[in-house]
Amino acid sequence: MSSAAELTSQEYIKHHLTNLTVGEGFWTVHVDSLGWSIFLGLVFLTIFRSVAKKAQTGVPGKLQCAVEMIVEFVDESVKSTFHGKNPLIAPLSLTIFVWVLLMNAMDWVPVDLLSNVISLVSGIELSHIYMKPVPTTDPNITFALALGVFVLVIYYSIKVKGIGGFIKELTTQPFGHWSLYPVNFILEMVTLLARPLSLALRLFGNLYAGELIFLLIATIGLFQLPVHFLWAAFHLLVIPLQAFIFMMLTIVYLSLAHEDH
Amino acid sequence: MDINATLIGQLFAFIVFVIFCMKYVWPPIIGAIEARQATIADGLAASDRAAKELELAQGKATAQLKEAKAQAAEIIEAAKKRETQLVEEAAVKAQAEKDKILAAGHAEIETERNQAKEELRQQVAILAVAGAERILERSIDAAAHSDILDKLVAEL
Repeated sequence: MSSAAELTSQEYIKHHLTNLTVGEGFWTVHVDSLGWSIFLGLVFLTIFRSVAKKAQTGVPGKLQCAVEMIVEFVDESVKSTFHGKNPLIAPLSLTIFVWVLLMNAMDWVPVDLLSNVISLVSGIELSHIYMKPVPTTDPNITFALALGVFVLVIYYSIKVKGIGGFIKELTTQPFGHWSLYPVNFILEMVTLLARPLSLALRLFGNLYAGELIFLLIATIGLFQLPVHFLWAAFHLLVIPLQAFIFMMLTIVYLSLAHEDH
Repeated sequence: MDINATLIGQLFAFIVFVIFCMKYVWPPIIGAIEARQATIADGLAASDRAAKELELAQGKATAQLKEAKAQAAEIIEAAKKRETQLVEEAAVKAQAEKDKILAAGHAEIETERNQAKEELRQQVAILAVAGAERILERSIDAAAHSDILDKLVAEL
């Protein structure tokens, strides 16, 4: 809020919702979102890989215990929903859960902290610094994840049921009569496409709203401190819940893709 | 809300991360967990088995102890029986010995008495003859009257 004196609240919020970008048009890259996203993904993989390398079957260390708790939690979630054999789904779910959790957790970083630190270190004026540190408030990030899941759903649908089976599933239900097959196809396509769309928009919407409220709270002056605290405490629920929902829906969609009617 | 190349970058990162996780992170960790679960299950089964074996062994030991006690009691009983038997046998033997000795004593006494009687008779006979000789001096012929003397001796 140090620069709030020169900015109206509207400008302040708009400033904080602007990404740090490189490139033009479609080839624009949100360096902050993508950078933080990759950084957090690497944090996740580094920690888990270090445990995996030293994984011992005897008495585990504290870090191994923590990591194993998460792995077992994911494994149980997968096993309770997905009953086939697929070596991809469990590691995919683990990656999604931990990665999204870490990206969501960036919501807890105070909204002005990073940009102020960058300004202090680099000497660039604060109004020229754009830094949006929560990757999941960027629809590009959530849509990329959902698209990845969607491609896997299509791939496994065709692999398990065959192209004919997949098309049959898209056209022969819910109405059994041949004359209604086009209607069926439209309905099923909506269902199919709604899945990645809802998956991406749910995560984006929740985190974007959360971040926006943080920014709004930051504009109310001195009383923002307890309110910030309350909102951050509320995010103890939102952050893991959204990560869990994203993972769970991924498992559900993939298990639906494996089901042969 | 503008969709741009960030999506492609994120999708690429997603694919790479998932593949890395699938190859190098998930298998060792889940392997370790499952191996430990198996070890724990084995350990629990082994402890169950050991407890059962212990119970069995304890039962066996109790039974053996009982048997040993019964055997000991039997042995003691037998020993006691043998003891009384021995004592009885010894008593019987002693009684028999005593009887034998007594009988022998009695026999000896009897013989000696008879001998003495015989001797006395003969001496009495001699004395009587001597007395009669003295009384009758001349008239009695020892040889002629020996039958009377013998009768007298027998009467004594």
